[in-house]
Amino acid sequence: MAGALGLNGLIALFVSAILFTIGVIGVLLRRNAIIVFMCIELMLNAANLSLVAFSRMHGIEGQIFVFFVMAVAAAEAAVGLAIIIAIFRHYEVVDLDRFRLLKW
Amino acid sequence: MIQDFLFQAFAAGSILGAVIMVTRRNPVSAVIFLVGVFFATSGMFLMLDAHYIAAINVILYGGAIMVLFLFVLMLLNLGHADWRDLRGPVGGLIGGSISIAFLGVLTRLFVGGTDARPVVELAGSALREAAAEQGVVGVVARPLFTEYTIVLEVTGVLLLVSMVGTILLARRERGVGERERT
Repeated sequence: MAGALGLNGLIALFVSAILFTIGVIGVLLRRNAIIVFMCIELMLNAANLSLVAFSRMHGIEGQIFVFFVMAVAAAEAAVGLAIIIAIFRHYEVVDLDRFRLLKW
Repeated sequence: MIQDFLFQAFAAGSILGAVIMVTRRNPVSAVIFLVGVFFATSGMFLMLDAHYIAAINVILYGGAIMVLFLFVLMLLNLGHADWRDLRGPVGGLIGGSISIAFLGVLTRLFVGGTDARPVVELAGSALREAAAEQGVVGVVARPLFTEYTIVLEVTGVLLLVSMVGTILLARRERGVGERERT
């Protein structure tokens, strides 16, 4: 595998796994909704990194998929931040523990 | 050789920046370090022969989306550190164990899982030749506008829908605004 991907490709895969895990840690450990959202962006970026590393091995389709991931991430960031603003108008905080409208 | 060194420096920098970003209490410095992480991953994209992706990663992620985050922090006046932000030891234990298990699964997948599958020997050199022939943007744009045209159009519709939805969500309700004015 290291032959087809190269040492740098292997390092990219490991960095992608570690960045994704740091993103998961941030989502699980933080209460600030905006920082949780930033950690989701970090996880998307980590996925993009592994897609680019694999695109070296399998052709250009990986980079095209990264392009679409970025478009969807832009849309998601806009809508998510609008939701955070709308929630902030109601509760005056962005603390995730305070939003229990859907909890039973 | 210098490329390998740069690549590893970018890799270390991205991990370091991500760790600092997750542990900052102040949201504004978290945004700044996340911009640093995006720049470092853009450097890694460059070394992996994905020049166009590196460029739009800086422009779109490091520029547009992070400025959007900073705008929201500024609008809601949330730039101060909040001491209740980090969860307690129980949450830390649960989150840490889930994350370690997750990292183990990912590492196992990347190291062992891909060995069995057939690997197409289209290495970085083929991509590099195509980029030299068609240009760095052309090598991405050509399949985008031939094979994946429908997907591209659907993405445009998605962006339009998200724009309309954002305006609807963030708009102040008319009744509330009138009450404030009187």
